[in-house]
Amino acid sequence: MDKKNFIAKRVAQELKDGDVVNLGIGLPTMVADHVPDGVQVVLQAELGILGTGPAAEKGKEDKDIVNAGGSCITVLPGAVFVDSAASFAIIRGGHVDVTVLGALQVDEKGNLANWMVPGKKVPGMGGAMDLVVGAKRVIVAMEHTAKGNHKILRECTFPLTAAGVVDRIITDMAVIDVTPDGLLLREIAEGYMVNDVQEATGAPLILPEEIGVMKTNECFQGGLPKVWKG
Amino acid sequence: MEKITTAENAVKKIKNGDTLLVGGFLQAGSPETLIRAVLEASSADMLTVVSNDTGTAETNMIRLMETGRVTSVVASYIGANPLTGKMMIDAPGSVTLFPQGTLAEKLRAAGAGLAGFYTPVGVGTVVEEGKDKREFDGREYLLETALRGDVALIRATKADRFGNCFMRGSTKNFGAVMAPAADYVVVEAEEIVEVGEIDPELVTVPGIFVDALVQAED
Repeated sequence: MDKKNFIAKRVAQELKDGDVVNLGIGLPTMVADHVPDGVQVVLQAELGILGTGPAAEKGKEDKDIVNAGGSCITVLPGAVFVDSAASFAIIRGGHVDVTVLGALQVDEKGNLANWMVPGKKVPGMGGAMDLVVGAKRVIVAMEHTAKGNHKILRECTFPLTAAGVVDRIITDMAVIDVTPDGLLLREIAEGYMVNDVQEATGAPLILPEEIGVMKTNECFQGGLPKVWKG
Repeated sequence: MEKITTAENAVKKIKNGDTLLVGGFLQAGSPETLIRAVLEASSADMLTVVSNDTGTAETNMIRLMETGRVTSVVASYIGANPLTGKMMIDAPGSVTLFPQGTLAEKLRAAGAGLAGFYTPVGVGTVVEEGKDKREFDGREYLLETALRGDVALIRATKADRFGNCFMRGSTKNFGAVMAPAADYVVVEAEEIVEVGEIDPELVTVPGIFVDALVQAED
């Protein structure tokens, strides 16, 4: 399994039956392919859909049904379309249970930077600021480092998306919780030692008595993912 | 009251310095017929465009922007329109970004007769610069003010002659929120039908908000 699918699979285990979930673009989108058996979630797209399904098949695209990335998608039975003000009332109003986003940087205070790199072209924050402030639980899903550089820091240096919002960080190396005391190491991926994770992390890790092994094997394997079950 | 007109006629109402609210989310629900008419049949200059994203490299907004007649942009995501990105670098003050939900709510507030609202989104980020911050129940909020337009350009899937609009799927997005928030509202509809042909239960935008109705060309 490649790194990204490994991370997505572990993130998928965080989802509970009935959760309303918003997945960011890129790696977080892959979480939908790994939702465990017996868990059904409602995927929200911020341009106004509750109950999105998989990407539209070639030749069956509907120009009026697209996701926030502008790609043609499908919707499941029971889906709902709303306008942007209502969509963000859902998001800001705390009706999204979990949002999964990538990060450029995340720090030990739960600060998140994922919308701009100073000096580079600014794409705009889109719905990211609303999502991380409004969702009940914020999970950052990303590779642990960027070409060897730390992404998990004592303090973000890039402009923030929001302050103190991240609950859990899931990477190819570890599962880390943001706590009032700092970053708590919960799980380590097989093949790594605590020292490896600490070296790859730009902030001190708090080590509990028991550290789990990142497990992805109880995930649903093959076929249609359960999230698409209508 | 006859609302059906041509795109060319409808955009003649746009004046120099107007603020245009333009519906759509990337290509979904983008009023391409009306934007093309602004490009070809209007000479209004010094325009401010309020749009979630100012479209993509393939939609008509970038062609209008190439003329230099759009001097100010208010948006939330501009990563798909390279010209807006360039504008932000060349003249940083000409592009104002808001979180997407804040942008939607600023428009909604304007249409709903509200001066503004307090939102927790943007606290602790560059978004809070220069804004009034207040604490409610131990949490910090920013004051965001309503955002009105002179003209709104919107696309509907189906509209009746009175202007009642049905917007299908994810094309409602910003257009439905902008309709009550501008002085002069133009809708391009893929299909125009007689009054009574749209189920009243399925109207996305009531016709009372709509001033002009144009047949969409594509």
